[in-house]
Amino acid sequence: MAERKKRKMQEINASSMADISFLLLIFFLVTTSMDVSQGLSRRLPPPLPPDAQHQKNEIKERNIFIVKINSQNELLVQGQMMDVSQLRAKAKEFIKNPNNDANLPELVTEEVPLLGQMTFTKDHVISVQNDVDTQYQAYVLVQNELVAAYNELRNELSMERFGKRYEDLEEDEQKAVQKVYPQKISEAEPKNYGGKKNG
Amino acid sequence: MAKIRRGGKKEMPAINTSSLPDIIFMLLFFFMTVTSMKEVTYKVTIHPPEATELQKLEKKSLTRYVYVGTPTEEFRKQFGSETRLQLDDAFADVSQIEDYVVRERSAMDEDEQNLMTISIKADKDTRMGIIGDIKQALRRAYALKISYAAVQRTSY
Repeated sequence: MAERKKRKMQEINASSMADISFLLLIFFLVTTSMDVSQGLSRRLPPPLPPDAQHQKNEIKERNIFIVKINSQNELLVQGQMMDVSQLRAKAKEFIKNPNNDANLPELVTEEVPLLGQMTFTKDHVISVQNDVDTQYQAYVLVQNELVAAYNELRNELSMERFGKRYEDLEEDEQKAVQKVYPQKISEAEPKNYGGKKNG
Repeated sequence: MAKIRRGGKKEMPAINTSSLPDIIFMLLFFFMTVTSMKEVTYKVTIHPPEATELQKLEKKSLTRYVYVGTPTEEFRKQFGSETRLQLDDAFADVSQIEDYVVRERSAMDEDEQNLMTISIKADKDTRMGIIGDIKQALRRAYALKISYAAVQRTSY
């Protein structure tokens, strides 16, 4: 029997490892992008059946909040010229109707799970109408302000009733808050009114 | 109390680089997790609009994108400088959206089909006319969950 010689394991040369991983790193840096997709989520209304006539929904006038954006990106809110920065407060006032104003949407008292009897404007609708020439940024800003109004109201209610922010609520609690402040932003088909370009 | 120095040249000790690969690997994994693969090469220039109330799109696999913007420099000769639409990797027409949505949806799992989200990535200077057309096309295709891609506004 031959004498077993204890051979020293040869060490693997790892100096190129750094280069290889650098290469990988650079590859990933080039092919990937940092931006996470985020955006304003919206739900479109289902399409009208082709044979159906354009039926007029019977919504009381006090329940509609009309925001019009013209081709110059100017806002007309409930017949009033307005800046985008004022829109949020106006929309909040409309959705909440805290003083039961006769010009603001009707308050309905209803039983909401987890919250009990709540009085809220159940049937309000916010209608956004834009011109064909409206700039996309202006449109997104208006949508953003309206969503912000809802988010603020939901947060206020959550803080008041659950002591937490809306995002931190359990799912069924969120549902309850959503029931009080449902997002009702309707988007009409674009119309070509006002502000036609000359020439 | 000075130490007695040995004469002659003192050799610099080599820096131990054996942990370098580990560091780089760590960086690599960091970038792999926080970034995402580019979906397509843009053929249109898109400066997304700014907003504050943004929501992250939940699932990448359920999201399809519609790009709207003016063609990039290299395509300007061919396609002009008017606002154009891009679906996947090619320029498209608004009338193709319906087909595209139906095709993409039928490729998905059945129980996930109604969760499909269409993200509209449009340039902020786009006119609403084309966006309205896209929205109508999406409605006809029953792709009702949409998202207006935007970036977080940093200042007022």
